[in-house]
Amino acid sequence: MLKLLKRLWFIMKTPSSAAFGFILFLGFAGGIIFWGGFNTGMEATNTEEFCSGCHAPIVKEIQETIHYSNRSGVRAICSDCHVPHNWTDKIVRKVQASKELVAFAMGTINTQEKFEERRAYLANREWHRMKANNSQECRNCHEFDFMDFSEQRALSVKQHSTALASGDKTCVDCHKGIAHQLPDMKGVEGW
Amino acid sequence: MKKLLTVIAAGIVALSASPAWSSDSDIITDNGGVLSLRGYEQVSDINKSEAMKRVPRDQQLIDREYIQQPPLIPHSIRGYQVNTNANKCLSCHSFKNAGAMAATKISVTHFETREGETLSDVSPRRYFCLQCHVPQADAKPLVENTFKPVDSLQ
Repeated sequence: MLKLLKRLWFIMKTPSSAAFGFILFLGFAGGIIFWGGFNTGMEATNTEEFCSGCHAPIVKEIQETIHYSNRSGVRAICSDCHVPHNWTDKIVRKVQASKELVAFAMGTINTQEKFEERRAYLANREWHRMKANNSQECRNCHEFDFMDFSEQRALSVKQHSTALASGDKTCVDCHKGIAHQLPDMKGVEGW
Repeated sequence: MKKLLTVIAAGIVALSASPAWSSDSDIITDNGGVLSLRGYEQVSDINKSEAMKRVPRDQQLIDREYIQQPPLIPHSIRGYQVNTNANKCLSCHSFKNAGAMAATKISVTHFETREGETLSDVSPRRYFCLQCHVPQADAKPLVENTFKPVDSLQ
């Protein structure tokens, strides 16, 4: 083992006989292939097909909501709301999600019954995450500065111009269950 | 030979007489010239369905037409969940939340069981709001109606 490491170190510190330009080219090409591959791989874990591989029952729920079907055909898919768009935050979330692979292997929510039992826990975790980042994933599309209050319901105008504008509340405080069935809401604020 | 002829003759008779079920189905598919909400459309024909009616997102409170009428919902309720886990209506209209949301309070009659006992929360038989309260779509009446509310409601 040590011998192998020594050999590797020797190769690494010995100048190559290849041309400098060629080495540089190899570096660039390798970099492009690695980075491209990494990003493509990560994007693949952001598709609806990938999510529904395990979360099939929940994917069905969104289909009757406005984020799936609406008059203009603009859609939000799982990752739009559940994965941060900012690169560093996205990596952090993806690393956290590796824990969910363990849950998948253990079959934590592999039946509808188990899933229903755990729904409140899962929902709470997402509500807390969104509350903590000021509902960033909502705001990626729904920008407060560009909301036309004259197009909103009277109640929405009241809530948005006070609690939301002052930063007292964030989107998810009121807009729960907009894309999923709700868990038991007993004891949840506002319900 | 004689036997064969009898069988053929019987077959011809059976085929020429029109089977009972075919005349029956003619009767079922005929609307008998009756004008219904579908028009003079034959029962067996598939007629074009009407376009879905739109529910305004927000409208003025709608007055009741008779005393016992469950008040209509003056706003859209798309995506509202009313089930064992959650009741979106009550998140504004419950006694607890109505004040803060400036919404109409649920009536106290909704706390009564059918035995007349008043509970501390909404009675299960009144939990499913949409069983009686419905939004009003922007639609013309299907048939003429000359109903007039009583004086006290006019």
